[in-house]
Amino acid sequence: MITVKIDDERCKGCSLCVEFCPKGALSISDRLNMKGYFVVSFADEKECTGCATCALICPDVAIEVFKN
Amino acid sequence: MKKIYTRPASLKEAHFHYCPGCGHGIINRLIAEVIDEMGLRGKAICVAPAGCGMLVYNYFDIDTLESAHGRGAAVATGIKRVRPDNLVFSYQGDGDLAAIGTAEGFHAANRGELITVIFVNNGVYGMTGGQMAPTTLKEQITTTTPSGRNPVSAGHPVRVCEVFSVLDGTSYLERVAVNSPSGIKKTKKAIAKAFQHQINRTGFSLVEILSPCPTNWKMSPIESFRWIDEVMTKQFPLGVIKEVKC
Repeated sequence: MITVKIDDERCKGCSLCVEFCPKGALSISDRLNMKGYFVVSFADEKECTGCATCALICPDVAIEVFKN
Repeated sequence: MKKIYTRPASLKEAHFHYCPGCGHGIINRLIAEVIDEMGLRGKAICVAPAGCGMLVYNYFDIDTLESAHGRGAAVATGIKRVRPDNLVFSYQGDGDLAAIGTAEGFHAANRGELITVIFVNNGVYGMTGGQMAPTTLKEQITTTTPSGRNPVSAGHPVRVCEVFSVLDGTSYLERVAVNSPSGIKKTKKAIAKAFQHQINRTGFSLVEILSPCPTNWKMSPIESFRWIDEVMTKQFPLGVIKEVKC
């Protein structure tokens, strides 16, 4: 079981993680953060393999990946 | 829970001020990761530039000094000479290193100062609103070259790594890009290698990092990542430009 922890307040909605996720497990949500950006959400937990490409590409260190 | 990817310890909790999709955030994180992995947290000293990267002292949990615009290599030289056992690196942009700081960077490299320069090349003056930099590509549109950079009146893009490669004092020069997962991994390795050259006292080391600036390139973050591959790397070819045996 993989947990992708997204810090909403760090996220700037650049969508690079959405673009580079090989499984399409992330998407931009309709949730706004305090900075006014639509933040990313971890939508498809079943598809995630824990490759951590999202965390690698994130320019704001908003993503952390854990394995249970 | 087992960690697969977590925030490096050498990075403070502060939120980055960079624009969405900016390469600076990735590069800051990679430097912090390398410092953690090489166990340099108590020894590393950073020299911050003027430009978008000037607030790195808010992000790195290591000693950092702010230098006057472009004088990063000169300030780093002074620190390294009085504290030779510390790892000293300057973090500089293209306006900082290749324009106002040309003399300081060039002569520090020529003297073979045992410092590392992390050179972030995004082809524009980011902080002041996207004016032409020495590294701006031919035909590239910026606020000061609204019809594209004309080499006849504005000169040609400067390849800093190639210029420095002819100097005997330099030991490691590599150009990388942070526009893909593989590029980011290569960048991290290049930073670690540059630090290793400094630790082994082989000479001046510099890593040039092609970094996206979506705001001033007037592109989306993903378009700017592709533009590096499709356009920027033609003028600035990636790879090791010079490496002396370490």
